[in-house]
Amino acid sequence: MTQREMRQEDAKLGYFRSKLTWLYWALVVALVLSILIALGQGRYEIDFYSVSLILLENMAIVSESWKPVDERIVELIRLPRISVAGIAGAGLAVAGAALQGIFKNPLVGPQIIGVSSGAAFGGAFAILVSESQVLLVSLAFVFGLLAIALVYIVSRQHGRASILMLVLSGIVISAFFSALVSLTKFVADPDDKLPAIVFWLMGSFASASYEKVLLIGVPVVFGIGVIYLLRFQLNVLSLGDEQAQSLGLEVEKIRWIVLAAIALVSAAVVAAAGVIGWVGLVIPHFSRMLCGPDHKVLIPVSGLVGSIYLIHVDTVARTISPAEIPVGIITALIGAPIFAYLLRKSSDKGWSAE
Amino acid sequence: MITVANASVKYDNRFVFRDLGFTLPKGKIGAILGSNGRGKTSLLKAIVGLQKLTGGYIQTTERIGYVAQKTEITFSYRVLDIVVMGRAPHVKMFRVPSVEDYEIARKTLTDLRLDHLIYQPYSKLSGGERQLVMIARALASECRILVLDEPTSALDLANQLVIFQALQKVAKKSGLTVLMTTHAPQQVSLMCDYVLLMYNAEESEWGEVDSTLNAENLERLYGIPMREVKVSSTEKTFVPLISTTEI
Repeated sequence: MTQREMRQEDAKLGYFRSKLTWLYWALVVALVLSILIALGQGRYEIDFYSVSLILLENMAIVSESWKPVDERIVELIRLPRISVAGIAGAGLAVAGAALQGIFKNPLVGPQIIGVSSGAAFGGAFAILVSESQVLLVSLAFVFGLLAIALVYIVSRQHGRASILMLVLSGIVISAFFSALVSLTKFVADPDDKLPAIVFWLMGSFASASYEKVLLIGVPVVFGIGVIYLLRFQLNVLSLGDEQAQSLGLEVEKIRWIVLAAIALVSAAVVAAAGVIGWVGLVIPHFSRMLCGPDHKVLIPVSGLVGSIYLIHVDTVARTISPAEIPVGIITALIGAPIFAYLLRKSSDKGWSAE
Repeated sequence: MITVANASVKYDNRFVFRDLGFTLPKGKIGAILGSNGRGKTSLLKAIVGLQKLTGGYIQTTERIGYVAQKTEITFSYRVLDIVVMGRAPHVKMFRVPSVEDYEIARKTLTDLRLDHLIYQPYSKLSGGERQLVMIARALASECRILVLDEPTSALDLANQLVIFQALQKVAKKSGLTVLMTTHAPQQVSLMCDYVLLMYNAEESEWGEVDSTLNAENLERLYGIPMREVKVSSTEKTFVPLISTTEI
């Protein structure tokens, strides 16, 4: 059967691939619009037209018709910040989607599972002992992975993890690492290291620069790449251990590769922007409503939606009041009620029994 | 071919079954009968490799497909996506199923007359359809041995027949070796070649259906009176003699 015949066959059965193509295009257009809107918003407003022209100048020759200060704000302040927010959103959402697949549970996210707390401790400790950004990312990664491994071991009984056990294990592991973070703060030098740790932990894109774009971009893109390459294996893994194993999948190996990728992505986001919760839980869930559960589609859609979401949340964070609100507060204010709603809804569908 | 020799499984110092042995020849259909909790599922899982033996060994020469008693899927994938997951053993790490893999999945669905379900989400399927899709997924792996755990126990009579007919058809057509557990001796006498009767942890009996499956053995197996009934000159069935007055 050729691709074309297959497509005709599909059409007869009422299934149109073009629907998905439309979804992709719609999301890409939404992302570009979001970036352009976000670039104009702020305490100093720049109109949409100027923003577009400033960006176009780098690619083609457009005569300068804007104030030099506009260009500096767009290119040196807002563009790196929006890039970091977009990359962080995509990373968190994809990490969440993969995590939900691995735990075959649509109600887990990087924060619930404790990876954020683990990474937060790793990062805080790194700030305490050195100034190196590389050490910050590395330690955030190591402790993020350690936290995931601990939750994984604690929550599983007889080869399966119930949502209750997962959430409880996440609370336990998060509490443990939070205590370690407090200990780090307690011993930190109050004039120098303590404020650095506190500001970093609050989670903000305010300190974004092109260096940070690289710092977060490289690990996140790599992690998302690994997860996307394993999209089929993730589908199989999300059936549960027993089915995956009887289907001949190398369950343990693939699970650890994906967990490492998730820890890498989460750690990079934590390192660059602090702890931003709930994105990895809510966005994949919402994306699944848009495009179905197949990871082939879910991974890119989650990434795009997460990107768009966090860019807008960040814009709100820096425009809603004269003093900037940490992004993590807004994502939690939106995410927690949605999680509560999903948790209640899920008990009707029997996810809690899994 | 499946060979089981001196196989034992132990939970908490109690034998589920002990020193069990049989050989199911290639291309034959075998059934395992036994009351609840006799270790039928443990035996199947041991054959598939999902359960470790405490003693003895199991030898299988070819790829095995496994269909569990009831398959819950958290994320409601479309039927085609589920069946193509049967191709997992043929898909390398970091790769996705090829066009050929999808063609095999489609062909398997066509063989089982499930074309109309190809893009349905799993959650929308009935119990019988789900069981057929699971069989399709196992067959898509190009297994030569099919192991099924009570494939019909959750189904109504009409759907039981659909499953048995589908199994019989694919077994005959492609020379599959089939082993399944069941609570339906009448079906075993109609479609199976061999039967294993698991009386208790220590005792079991393996043999050809014609010689092994009789009213006397079934009475011993279930502990209730059974009667053999002739349906025609070639077919016979078994019915339990359940009295409502003697309780």
